[in-house]
Amino acid sequence: MSHAIQDQRPTRARKSAAPASLTRGGLPRWAPAGIAVLAIALGCGLGLALDLSSKVQWGLIAGLLFIGITYTASAVVENRRQAKDRVATSLVWVCFVLAVIPLLSLMWTTISRGLELLSGNFLSHSMNGVTSFDEGGGVYHALLGTIEQVALATLIAAPIGLLTAVYLVEYGKGRLARSVTFFVDVMTGIPSIVAGLFILTTWNLMLGFGPSGFAGAMALSILMMPVVVRSTEEMLKLVPNELREAALALGVPKWRVILKVVLPTAIGGISTGVMLAVARIAGETAPIMLLVFGTQLINGNPFEGAQSSLPLYIWEQYKVGSEPSYDRAWAAALVLIAFVMILNLVARGIARWKAPKTGR
Amino acid sequence: MASTTPTQIDTAPPVAKSGRSTGRAGDKIFAGLSKGSGILLLVIMASIAAFLTYRATIALSKNEGNFLTTFDWNASANPPVFGIAVLLFGTVVSSIIAMAIAVPIAVGIALFISHYAPRKLAAPLAYVVDLLAAVPSIIYGIWGALFLVPQLNGLNLWLDEYLGWTYVFEKTQVGVARSLFTVGILLAIMILPIVTSVSREVFLQVPRMNEEAALALGATRWEVIRMSVLPFGRSGVISASMLGLGRALGETMAVATVLSPSFLISGHILNPGGGTFAQNIAAKFDEANEFGRDALIASGLVLFLLTLLVNGAARLIIARRKDFSGANA
Repeated sequence: MSHAIQDQRPTRARKSAAPASLTRGGLPRWAPAGIAVLAIALGCGLGLALDLSSKVQWGLIAGLLFIGITYTASAVVENRRQAKDRVATSLVWVCFVLAVIPLLSLMWTTISRGLELLSGNFLSHSMNGVTSFDEGGGVYHALLGTIEQVALATLIAAPIGLLTAVYLVEYGKGRLARSVTFFVDVMTGIPSIVAGLFILTTWNLMLGFGPSGFAGAMALSILMMPVVVRSTEEMLKLVPNELREAALALGVPKWRVILKVVLPTAIGGISTGVMLAVARIAGETAPIMLLVFGTQLINGNPFEGAQSSLPLYIWEQYKVGSEPSYDRAWAAALVLIAFVMILNLVARGIARWKAPKTGR
Repeated sequence: MASTTPTQIDTAPPVAKSGRSTGRAGDKIFAGLSKGSGILLLVIMASIAAFLTYRATIALSKNEGNFLTTFDWNASANPPVFGIAVLLFGTVVSSIIAMAIAVPIAVGIALFISHYAPRKLAAPLAYVVDLLAAVPSIIYGIWGALFLVPQLNGLNLWLDEYLGWTYVFEKTQVGVARSLFTVGILLAIMILPIVTSVSREVFLQVPRMNEEAALALGATRWEVIRMSVLPFGRSGVISASMLGLGRALGETMAVATVLSPSFLISGHILNPGGGTFAQNIAAKFDEANEFGRDALIASGLVLFLLTLLVNGAARLIIARRKDFSGANA
């Protein structure tokens, strides 16, 4: 029964495989579970006895007790090294649990609070004529704005990003290519608000245009480009060189090789990268706030006048600070998270379905 | 003009019967286009720096206060007085708190996924951590403000009671936990995924031989990690942390929703107050006049340079290790 995991877990394998007489005694396999039950019982007992109100304190006491008991028991029965190993194992598990808690809490809060208001009516109406403290209203204008801005940003960023990646993989040599690679990496880390400020300086302050969805889309495209370049580059590198060489040997010009052989081979990975980039920029608030301005009305024209967008809508409703507006903020958050997650899942689905078979 | 004729002659090889069928022109156009977009990216980076600097100098030339040391932001007033001291302090402090919390936990999660988790669980877990990265920052923001802040009141009181003697954790003002400390915790949650995924990649690339050699000598799993995995992954973890730091420095919405800003520098990180570059831009933008916007752009330039420095350093570390290990982080 235990043979299956022996190669995976060498410390335990040694204990259970060797004859009992040769080993120095080890804790039984159920020891961690047993100590956990004991620690939780003691933690609850102490919590009750000392009358500690917060359940977090109970948990902390139980956790510390667990680590303490494990260390002592293991140090007594086994040795100090095994004891340290067991403590490290429990600490790593604790780290993992600590990371899962906020994710679950965030998801749970967003879904449970968001579902209160989410309905067809919420999705199909704008905030026109709804004052901040009223109930009702909807998210239609923001959803429309988000889709238009993200689509425009993709139209700008995807071709530029794609061509840059092609340059880096197929043509790039020497200084220029190296500095492009470096600055693409650095560009990935540009704060979104800085991208917003840049478009504000050039487009709005110098060229004198007013706020519009297009201005926001340009800022978003700055954030999107490096992500597209990076993921496309990785995908193009996975295309086997034999394919290129075979096509070139047949006398096909290089640009046709790239267009007809290289890009189609990698198209699955490329579209995944683009969709992940879209998912990333769909949630950006700061540049939209500076450049698109926000409105309560439906504005279908991204080139003229203020628009709204989902993240901006959430921010506005949060700032109002009334109960109905908090409800609207949560419902919009649910719509946004669903939008982003669906993009993510579809993108990863495409990646799995169309992955080049190179045995990575 | 004169140069076009010779190049045409050059490009058409004598053997080719017609210049069109060889596709040389298409080659040139395509190569030019792709090179052009590469250069365009560089131009964008350069012009971000250039235009922000240009507007910033306009603002700085009229500033009555000292840009580096003034504890105030009255850019729309006449005469304008503003300084980044508080913003720089808040940005650095909240990022340091975030790093102090996030990096150890992220390394733990990365180790969990690469070395501890049952094989069948490892891939889905890695996927879940990546999903954390996809959650938009504004949602972290309202979750932080409406859910996390009330939850942290108890922790703040506890820290004040038992660790108040350290000065840092002394809470001298009553009020909800809209403090730099809370911002740090929220930022830590937000940068966990990036630090985790880069660290995990590096840990998975530790040569199998090193680990097996350690195991063969009778090392426990923790000793294997301490002796072969962590030394190998050190520079990867450092650069992962710096990428996370870059994120934390520039985060806008999560800070803007959680923090209740003030223009004071206080070492008591549990007190509500303080500010960061990005948060200040978001908060002051609506009410700013044209000159006020220039002042905000000046602070944005400082933020840009700060993140440029941090990210550039992180990338250089990764690039240096890529040369000899093949790590593609």
